Amino acid sequence: MGSLLQVDKLTAGFGLTPVLFDVDLELQPGELVAVIGANGAGKSTLLGALSGLVRLERGSVHFGDRRISGLRPEMIVASGLVHVPQGRRLFSTMTVQRNLLLGAYRRRDGRVQQDLQRILQYFPALADKLDRDAGTLSGGEQQMVAIGRGLMARPRLLMIDEPSLGLAPKVVDRVMEIVKTINQDGTAVLLVEQDVVLALEIANRGYVLENGRIAMSGAAADLRRDPAVRKAYLGV
Amino acid sequence: MSLLAVRNVSKRFGGVNALADVTFAVEPGDVLGIIGPNGAGKTTLLNCVSGVVHPDTGDLRWEETSISRVPPYRRARLGIGRTFQIVRPFPSMTVRENTAMGALFGQPSGRLQPAAAIKQADEVLELVGLGEKRDYPVLRLTVPDRKRLEVARALAMRPRLLLLDEVMAGLNAVEVEQALEMIRRVRAGGITIVLIEHVMKVIVGVCTRALVLNFGRTLVEGPPAEVLRDRRVIEAYLGERYARDQGT
Repeated sequence: MGSLLQVDKLTAGFGLTPVLFDVDLELQPGELVAVIGANGAGKSTLLGALSGLVRLERGSVHFGDRRISGLRPEMIVASGLVHVPQGRRLFSTMTVQRNLLLGAYRRRDGRVQQDLQRILQYFPALADKLDRDAGTLSGGEQQMVAIGRGLMARPRLLMIDEPSLGLAPKVVDRVMEIVKTINQDGTAVLLVEQDVVLALEIANRGYVLENGRIAMSGAAADLRRDPAVRKAYLGV
Repeated sequence: MSLLAVRNVSKRFGGVNALADVTFAVEPGDVLGIIGPNGAGKTTLLNCVSGVVHPDTGDLRWEETSISRVPPYRRARLGIGRTFQIVRPFPSMTVRENTAMGALFGQPSGRLQPAAAIKQADEVLELVGLGEKRDYPVLRLTVPDRKRLEVARALAMRPRLLLLDEVMAGLNAVEVEQALEMIRRVRAGGITIVLIEHVMKVIVGVCTRALVLNFGRTLVEGPPAEVLRDRRVIEAYLGERYARDQGT
């Protein structure tokens, strides 16, 4: 099987009540897949379960040729599955450069500095702000640092949770363009996003999560035209 | 008589002009939308109005009386209520208890008795659509419900002017519609509103006027539909995709 990510019958949550039920999802190398759904549907919990932050009750997650469900988060990162969390979660009193380098914390190869220069090409706005504290940057720039930090781990799959949150419309467009470019350069992306129009515009495929279950999946273009999706998430 | 008048307000943080000579007025019944790029000074402006931040120069008037030297808690009692961008409810309390907090301490006449505060909390929870969830621990609330709670806590103080800082962030299009209904109900109750939002559906759907801040200065002010067609606003803030999608 050629899948990069294969999720089978995943049930997970917090405490006694699961948030996700029997979720099946797969992603091919190089794909950009969107997960959409209402608030509370379980999108962020899904990313947490994949990155080892939320305990699985049942089901399995395979990444490449390995089973990663049950591994500790740092082992999952080391295997190439990297999570850019909602709300950026930067170290606000550390510099932009140190935040970016922290993404490479587990790497032992000698190409970290080289990668930093390569990654800055995606975010030219950050190049002259490397010495500034991350907390002093605008919301859009902070989101760029968060994505850049994720890239510094050399992911095979980058999971990004709501990059548009709290950003001005023009900046949302810019961040989405960057996500698309990163994907076109070969990194697979699993994107959770409230802006359903934008998400389905840049994605190849999408999954619709409702009350913790996959309600629908398909090509992004088909989901964009689907009457049920339009009514439930676009309000048209 | 304007409810609130902001006159020539400026504020610097270090070398940055967060606000530069901003002037506008809020009339009773207005729903004023403040938009602009991230870092344009929108939250600083709300902070100046609620009293959390002191302007370096300029004056703020509440029904023509200067409130520039009035501390935040007294501005709250005068009738200026606000929400915060990052919601911080008391995690160990229920929805109802969290809301009653606002009622307990924000009253014009000083403190309320707990029973009266609970009663007032129940009224505003109905208004924001959280009536059925009033006994929930706040940790059980979804993101849109936490935003509603934030609004309820401010409303429980019985404000005449409500300042909303991005209460629609993170909501999808349908959830935004529901939140718009909530804002319309609040306004129908006679409350004047100033809101910061990046969701243009809100600006068009509920605002009577829009004010665009850019680098701490007023770029444009006027009726929302006109403001969102303005080339300067498209260039600084909305971007070409928005302009294309709305067909201008």
